[in-house]
Amino acid sequence: MDPRTSVIGKRLEGVKRIIAVSGGKGGVGKSVTSSLLSLALSRCGKRVGLLDLDLSSPSDHIILGIKGLYPEEENGIIPPEFHGVRFMSVTLFAKDEPTPLRGDDITNAIRELLCITRWENLDFLIIDMPPGMGDELFETIELLKRCETILVTIPSRVAFETVKKLSLVLREMRSPIIGVIENMKREENDFIQRRCKEINLNYLGSIRFDEKLEDAIGDVEKIMETKVYRDVLRIAEILKEEQKG
Amino acid sequence: MHEWALAEAVVESVIEVARKEKFTSVKEISISLGELQDIEVEIFEFALKNLIGKSDLLKNAEIKLRIEETLLKCRACGKEWSLKETKNIDEDVREAIHFLPELSHSFIRCPYCGSMDFEIVKGRGVSVDSISGEKDGSEN
Repeated sequence: MDPRTSVIGKRLEGVKRIIAVSGGKGGVGKSVTSSLLSLALSRCGKRVGLLDLDLSSPSDHIILGIKGLYPEEENGIIPPEFHGVRFMSVTLFAKDEPTPLRGDDITNAIRELLCITRWENLDFLIIDMPPGMGDELFETIELLKRCETILVTIPSRVAFETVKKLSLVLREMRSPIIGVIENMKREENDFIQRRCKEINLNYLGSIRFDEKLEDAIGDVEKIMETKVYRDVLRIAEILKEEQKG
Repeated sequence: MHEWALAEAVVESVIEVARKEKFTSVKEISISLGELQDIEVEIFEFALKNLIGKSDLLKNAEIKLRIEETLLKCRACGKEWSLKETKNIDEDVREAIHFLPELSHSFIRCPYCGSMDFEIVKGRGVSVDSISGEKDGSEN
C-alpha cells in the first residue's frame, strides 16, 4: 500500500485555494502566467506558494531568476521563499540535470512532492501544469480534490481547440474551472472571448504580448515593468476579490 | 529530516485502513523501506513510534521494518541490476535521490548499455506491506 496519498490532504489543509494553471498546449505561456500570477498575488498581500509540476521541463525558476535556493528539512520539506513566494520544483533537487520521466515515475514524483512538502498556511497555491492531459493532470485533480483550474490559451484556433477539450475533461471529472486567460494578445479582437462564451467558460482577461519580456526573464524587477506583469496583476486582483467574496 | 513526513504518511494510511476495517486496535504494521530512497532507519523508526504513541488505535502496534533491495531494469537492453552495481552516486546525488527517488533517472545509467530509460522494479521508497488488528476481541 502506498501511504503517501493518505497525508496529502493534511499537508494542504492550511491552503485556502489551490489553482492549477493548465491549457493542454505547450508554449502558450502557462509557466510565465503561473510565475507572474504568484508574484502578483504576493504583491497584493497574499500568502502564496508556487509548485512547478512540469517535471521534465521546469522553468518557473528561470522565469523568476531563482538560483541557489535549497529547501529546508523540518519534519518534511519547507519550500524556500523567493520574493514572498514559497517555491517548490523538482529543479531544487535535480539542479541542471535533465529529468526524463515516464508515466509511473511521474505519478511517484508528484505523490512524493505532495507528501513531503509542508506548505503551511497559504491563501493561494499556484500549480504550474505541464502540457498535455496525462498523468500530471489526473494525479493533481484526483489527489487535490479542491483544485480549481485556470486555462491558458493564445489567440489561436489551434490552441483554443485543446483548451476546449481540456475543459470537457475537467467538467467530466467535476473539477471547477475558474476561467480562461488569453495570453500573448497582439491585437484587439474578441475571438477567444466569443469562443469562451459559446462553451460557457468564464473569460478572465487577456495578457498583452510584450517583446520586452524575454529581456526581463530572470529579473523580477524588470518583469514587473512589463505589460505582461501589469495584465497579470489585473487578473490577480480579480482572484483576490473572489477570495474576499 | 523528511523521514518524519513519510512516517506521518504511514500513520495516516494505517489509521485510514484500520477505520475501514473497523479495527478496535492495530497489532502489527509491516513496512518496507526501499534501498533507493536511503531512509535513515533510526529517525524513521523514532518518528513512527512517536506518532503511533499519540493514537489510541495504534499505540499497541508492533512495527516490522525491512529494507527492500533495489532492482532496476533497463527498458532499452532489458538487463537488470542492483543499486550496489550502480556507479557515480556521490553525496549530492544520494541526497537528491533521497528526496525524490525518481531523480535516479537524472543520475543513474544502465551499467550495460548506458541508457537512462530504466524501470525501478522494486526497492523505491516507503510502502506498507500489511496491517493486522483486532475487531472486538478477535484478531484479523
